Amino acid sequence: MIYEGKQKIWSDYQKEIPDDHWYFVRSCIRQNFFPASERMFTEITRNVLGKDVHETPYHTTCGGIAYHCDTIPHETVMTIVARQFSLMTEAGYENYAASCITSFGNYTEVLETWHEYPELEARIRENLWKACRREFNKPKYLAHSSDLIYKWRNEIAARARHLLIDRHTGEPLRIVEHIGCHYSKMFPSKGVGGAEYPYVLCGMIESWGGQVVDYPERRHCCGYGFRQYHVQANRGYSVSNTHKKFESMEPYRPDAIITNCPGCPYFLDRWQYVIAEQTGKTYGRNGFGIPVLTYEELAGLVLGYNPWDLGLQLHQVAVEPLLDKMGVEFDPDAKYAGLNKEDLLRPGLPVNMKCF
Amino acid sequence: MDKVLIIGGGIAGMEAAGQLLKLGYEPVIAEKEDHLGGHVAGWHKLFPDMMDASALIEQLASKLDGATVYLRTRVAYMNRLKDGYSVMLSNGTGLVCRAVLIASGFRLFDAAKKEEYGYGVYDHVITNSDLEAWFNGVEDFRVPENPRHIAFVHCVGSRDLKAGNPQCSKVCCMTAIKQAIEMKEKFPDAEIWCFYMDLRLFGKKYEDFYINAQRDHGIHFVRGRVSEVGEDIDGRVVLKAEDTLAGTQVKLKADLLVLMAGMLCNEDTATIASMVRAAVDSDGFMRSRDNIYRINESNRPGIFFAGACTGTKTVPETVAEARAAALDIHNYLSGND
Repeated sequence: MIYEGKQKIWSDYQKEIPDDHWYFVRSCIRQNFFPASERMFTEITRNVLGKDVHETPYHTTCGGIAYHCDTIPHETVMTIVARQFSLMTEAGYENYAASCITSFGNYTEVLETWHEYPELEARIRENLWKACRREFNKPKYLAHSSDLIYKWRNEIAARARHLLIDRHTGEPLRIVEHIGCHYSKMFPSKGVGGAEYPYVLCGMIESWGGQVVDYPERRHCCGYGFRQYHVQANRGYSVSNTHKKFESMEPYRPDAIITNCPGCPYFLDRWQYVIAEQTGKTYGRNGFGIPVLTYEELAGLVLGYNPWDLGLQLHQVAVEPLLDKMGVEFDPDAKYAGLNKEDLLRPGLPVNMKCF
Repeated sequence: MDKVLIIGGGIAGMEAAGQLLKLGYEPVIAEKEDHLGGHVAGWHKLFPDMMDASALIEQLASKLDGATVYLRTRVAYMNRLKDGYSVMLSNGTGLVCRAVLIASGFRLFDAAKKEEYGYGVYDHVITNSDLEAWFNGVEDFRVPENPRHIAFVHCVGSRDLKAGNPQCSKVCCMTAIKQAIEMKEKFPDAEIWCFYMDLRLFGKKYEDFYINAQRDHGIHFVRGRVSEVGEDIDGRVVLKAEDTLAGTQVKLKADLLVLMAGMLCNEDTATIASMVRAAVDSDGFMRSRDNIYRINESNRPGIFFAGACTGTKTVPETVAEARAAALDIHNYLSGND
């Protein structure tokens, strides 16, 4: 691997990311899958870094899941998106950050479509006015929330309590980065680092002391792929795609995986259990799986947050081996204590994959 | 006798200069590089006869006695006179000539622009040009000592709207076959794969070459494009492609991947064209008066073309065009056209 070759490509795909004043929109599904991730994003950006990040409860779905499952037309999606932009305009912001990769892809596609076909934008403005008497400005800057953590990665590193270094060996932890397909595969110039060698997560890993793992199936889909999973008959195909990725990354013995998509961490995490139960094979060391984290969860660990406040007990794959390597202190007995120390009860454990 | 400025000292410029000398003119070659011969000077062997490229260059150079050759020299400016052109070269030489031959050739597509193939990123990915240099003895750490699996990807940057180059580069199919055979001869145990869109083998002996590659050398041809390239933990190149004839996906690990970088118009084309208000085609190459009968002629009096400045050309086509251009210039200067 010629690192300088990647650096050249990365330098070709940098985007302007304003340093402050962002209108932030959450994902439909992330709070169910990884409940503390978006909470951690606002915690880090507002309370640790002192940024102005604004949200509104009136934000709705962007329509992305329905669009990619072929159940609603693009014109409907564009009208939904127009309403989201009207909320941003109403709040007095012009920088728009989406937590969901599919939303980010959706917003990018809509803005590009309007750029190419201004008459369509005019029609959507009319639709929105007729539907709810709203008007909007287009965002001046559009970012995915991982773009913002990427931008502020060195500020996070400066406050780090735990770096991505194995405290037993002193070696950098080997981290697989997995980018959601809708981040830059559709519009390479809109993602940090482009489509083939995205840098957005690599930059975080490098800043926080880890080593990025590049493996042959790096670009492959996590297995979610919307219809691959949502159509029940296709779920075997979904698992087989995830299986292909794990077989490919296995020789590199990664310590963890980080992702920037709602679906990817879920499927890379949960399907490890399914693969272990079906085949008896696990991909971590000593019978464990490979921990899969969102970038906010990883940033939270780096900054010294309690792993159970980060929601890591809701992962299928045990995160304890990673916590041990990073030197993160944790109370094993508090793993399933909820808010106010309420006992959340213990989940059933898999047969073939070690968990706590 | 009349001076004729020849812009470009590749094989077209050299051959035209040799012919113009024979016809009694004083050719002046302005070549931007530090050597004559253009791309062919870096090539090893030429299909279909497997002639040494250096032998061709020597042959062309041997006919240049009496020609003025300026290396590392560009045209600084060129102005139209009543009956000719006033030219200033970057080395400070000024000349007035009634005819100018543009033989500025082509440039190779930068294979790094096809990011999915990993040129400049993965350790064992090279281009057709790199391989020719290696054949010529230039050391290249990317070529392993004893490759067991070698893959060639045709049409890298050619016939590619996304890359902005719709044109076929014409020579890549044959070059890939030639290079595959040469590699097979060097590494008889190697398995060699060529991934192609179409095989465009139009010239004399080309089809024989293709059959020979399959029958006598066991080279595999897969009709399908490579979608992405990665690298495994041992540094081997991992290719994913589609075999459109078998209707299946192909995944291949190779010790060496060779990208057949296509031909593009030279970066200087637009600059030179603008100096004399010569027309440029939609593909960026110079525009001939027509593409059938007057390929060597421009839309401007006294401005002629030869070789790949008007489009992708093979070596024999280029040499033949250079001779034709010399005759066209002679007819123009002697008032016979």
